[in-house]
Amino acid sequence: MAEALLSLRGLQKRFGGLAVTDDVSLDVTPGEIHAIIGPNGAGKTTLINEISGVLPVDAGQIHFDGRDITTLPLHRRARLGLARSFQITSVIPAFTALENTALAVQAGAGSSFRFFRPASTEARLNQAAMAALDAVGLGARAMVPAGAMSHGEKRQLELAIALATEPRLLLLDEPLAGAGPEETERLIGILRSLRGRYTIVLVEHDMQAVFALADRISVLVYGRVIATGPTEMIRANPEVKRAYLGEDDLPLAEGAPC
Amino acid sequence: MSTTLLLVQGLNGLQLGILLFLIAAGLTLVFGVMDFINLAHGVQYMVGAYFAAFFAAQTGSFWLALLLALPAALLFGLLLEFLVFRHLYDRDHMAQVLATFGVILVLNQGVKMVFGAAPLQVPLPDALTGGIRVMEGLLYPTYRLAIIAGGLATAGLLWWLVERTKVGMLVRAGATNAPMVAALGVDIRRLFMVVFGFGAMLAGFAGVLAAPILSVEPGMGDNLLILAFVVIVIGGIGSIRGAFLAALLVGLVETLGRSLMPDLMRLFLSPSEARQVGAALSSMLIYIAMAAILAFRPAGLFPVRAS
Amino acid sequence: MRALKAELPALLLLGVLAVAPFAGFGEGYVLTLMARAMILAMAAVSLSLLVGGAGLVSMGHAAMMGFGAYAVVILDDARIVEAHVVLPVAILAAAGFALVTGAVAVRTSGVHFIMITLAFGQMAFFTATSLAGYGGDDGYTLYARNTVAGGRLLENKLAFHYVCLGALAAAWLLCRMLLASRFGRVLRAVKGNPMRAQALGFSPYPYRLTAYVIAGAIGGAAGFLFANATEFVAPAYISWQRSGELLFMVILGGVAGLHGALIGALGFVLLEEWLSHQWEHWRILFGVLLILAVLFLPNGLSGIPAQVAKGLRRG
Repeated sequence: MAEALLSLRGLQKRFGGLAVTDDVSLDVTPGEIHAIIGPNGAGKTTLINEISGVLPVDAGQIHFDGRDITTLPLHRRARLGLARSFQITSVIPAFTALENTALAVQAGAGSSFRFFRPASTEARLNQAAMAALDAVGLGARAMVPAGAMSHGEKRQLELAIALATEPRLLLLDEPLAGAGPEETERLIGILRSLRGRYTIVLVEHDMQAVFALADRISVLVYGRVIATGPTEMIRANPEVKRAYLGEDDLPLAEGAPC
Repeated sequence: MSTTLLLVQGLNGLQLGILLFLIAAGLTLVFGVMDFINLAHGVQYMVGAYFAAFFAAQTGSFWLALLLALPAALLFGLLLEFLVFRHLYDRDHMAQVLATFGVILVLNQGVKMVFGAAPLQVPLPDALTGGIRVMEGLLYPTYRLAIIAGGLATAGLLWWLVERTKVGMLVRAGATNAPMVAALGVDIRRLFMVVFGFGAMLAGFAGVLAAPILSVEPGMGDNLLILAFVVIVIGGIGSIRGAFLAALLVGLVETLGRSLMPDLMRLFLSPSEARQVGAALSSMLIYIAMAAILAFRPAGLFPVRAS
Repeated sequence: MRALKAELPALLLLGVLAVAPFAGFGEGYVLTLMARAMILAMAAVSLSLLVGGAGLVSMGHAAMMGFGAYAVVILDDARIVEAHVVLPVAILAAAGFALVTGAVAVRTSGVHFIMITLAFGQMAFFTATSLAGYGGDDGYTLYARNTVAGGRLLENKLAFHYVCLGALAAAWLLCRMLLASRFGRVLRAVKGNPMRAQALGFSPYPYRLTAYVIAGAIGGAAGFLFANATEFVAPAYISWQRSGELLFMVILGGVAGLHGALIGALGFVLLEEWLSHQWEHWRILFGVLLILAVLFLPNGLSGIPAQVAKGLRRG
């Protein structure tokens, strides 16, 4: 197996008496789509928050590309190439889709302590932003304020923003959350087109999407990883079935179990 | 500086701290529970003092004035809540700041219109005139000691209410996580009215206590309000315990700084320079202390809000 | 074209101020009033950079003006009156104060930020009152206005009018440029969604602090002009009421654009002037208007056309 791009070792996090992350160790190899699944309250979003730096961990280490990032703040991790999407859409409502995405490009394109030239006239930023918008199918909606977009469009924009930072690791927290059937279809298509080009950690409830996209899956239950492995292995794992999939037996049921 | 003077200044500082606590207590709870910033809380203090002056003049008795001023301050607070504040809970902090700033303009000018710009006097209650010998050679005014005692008793009562009663439990829960309390089916608006009215009454109480020893005049609450903000920031928003300790700290630093700093400066500077630099430094002291505390503990000494 | 249209209200207003002295508003009294309005507008524009641009609601902005004004006072007392010395000192003094207090204040946000800027403003106020050598509470009367290259240019009311107008236009252009730049984009992003900005790799702190210092510097320049306009400086200029008034101007006009601060400041000064001639206790009306404006004009004066249009569509 190739050297891990992201590796978690013995992560611990407690909220009060409740262990939400309990001795989690994981390796994400370059180029893979690594899905994290688990029932509600398993601590999936908490884990994403710990990896991206929104929440500090109580114990354990996070290594990114061989570097210990356990105590780095959110913005420093982002600078290293960790991009994330949020479960609850997190765009800048007053900005157009283009400006939202151009801001993400700007993050990786030199100093932002530039005071004179209007940022909206920087062709380099705009071109890269448009490319990211096109990649998610939002090219025609570039000049629409994000606040005025439909929910599905915001999910697409969220993806475009993450892509525009040219990330080395993409943390996607339920990219399909709240999307309708058609939007889901489109988003899955977009995600599939990213396969192999990006290393992705994907938290998702929609099992159909997970099994269609993921190379490997880790199952999180009550803050613990109970199984990690290739998709087919997880599907067949009896312990996983019992702990998680048991509730409606077949993971291929329509719609996400919520 | 003699020990006697130091002790007097210490007691003065304690007394200022007590008044600050009475103002800050309501403010910090209102912040904590409703996330509502109320600049007009200082005018509650002023209104309390004016009620005391008015009722004292009418009845000739400080005690009757105290008895009448408290419910009057409560009603006045609830009236403001009804007319203005409740329309601001859903607005951003900036809107809250401006509208409550407007309330200050109206009320400061309003008392000027009704009572005139000249300061009013409230006579000391007969039973509390004179002084008490605190130690050899130190006679401290009885009334000021009574303020300290009354304030401490009120603080104790407040602690009991917040820590030991059901309403207090809701208030504490509300300060930690207001949406959660609302989700549990508690009428958070009514809870807030209770907190608000009580806070207004406490500030009014501080005004009544201060009326006989400070001049009752328009704008008297403005400076104390800002000190109360400092108290809340240092103590941690929503924390009664933090407000109490920070209020005493601010009261003592403010009072002792003003008397000690010029003397301290005299060690380095000529007397006239020492006076000027000392005065300037002592007026900054409390804010420097605030900055220092915030640099290390951005959420104050006793943070309450769950992050 | 679209950008130009958005700037139309501001350009129009500046144009009106430019021709006003020759359109029947050339009397000394009117010029004084307009100078006051333009200087306050300059401070309001810089505050709007903070409020509208960075989401930093400062209740201590008058202190920035105060530092500029007291720089004039202290240099005046030392007989240093040449504007090319005094103005930079005024700007640096205010920027320095903004840097030191901002370093603590911009670490916080929301209510904390409001209270801390209020407290630091009050610190400046009390410091000014304790400056017995410069009049303390009573204030300090300048020997004369500052000189420009030895000449008494600023004494001429018409010349001073255009100096104030130029300064206001420059402040507006500077803030407008900053908001449109890469720097301003990050600032606006931090305001709109701090978590998103951080997840992209932007730490809010240095951007906010820089904005705070720049706004402070502009406030200092406004303070320099204010001292010269009134030839008198008192701690009351730094009072937190003044900070509240500046904030009122910004909100009155509307925070959506910098022109809101221009409209708000001019509207504020005119309203104050008019009301104060109507009734001794005009501040009561002023306060009531302020409350009503907050309750019923969420987007300020410059939001009225849109509000009316919406009302008509609905009705």
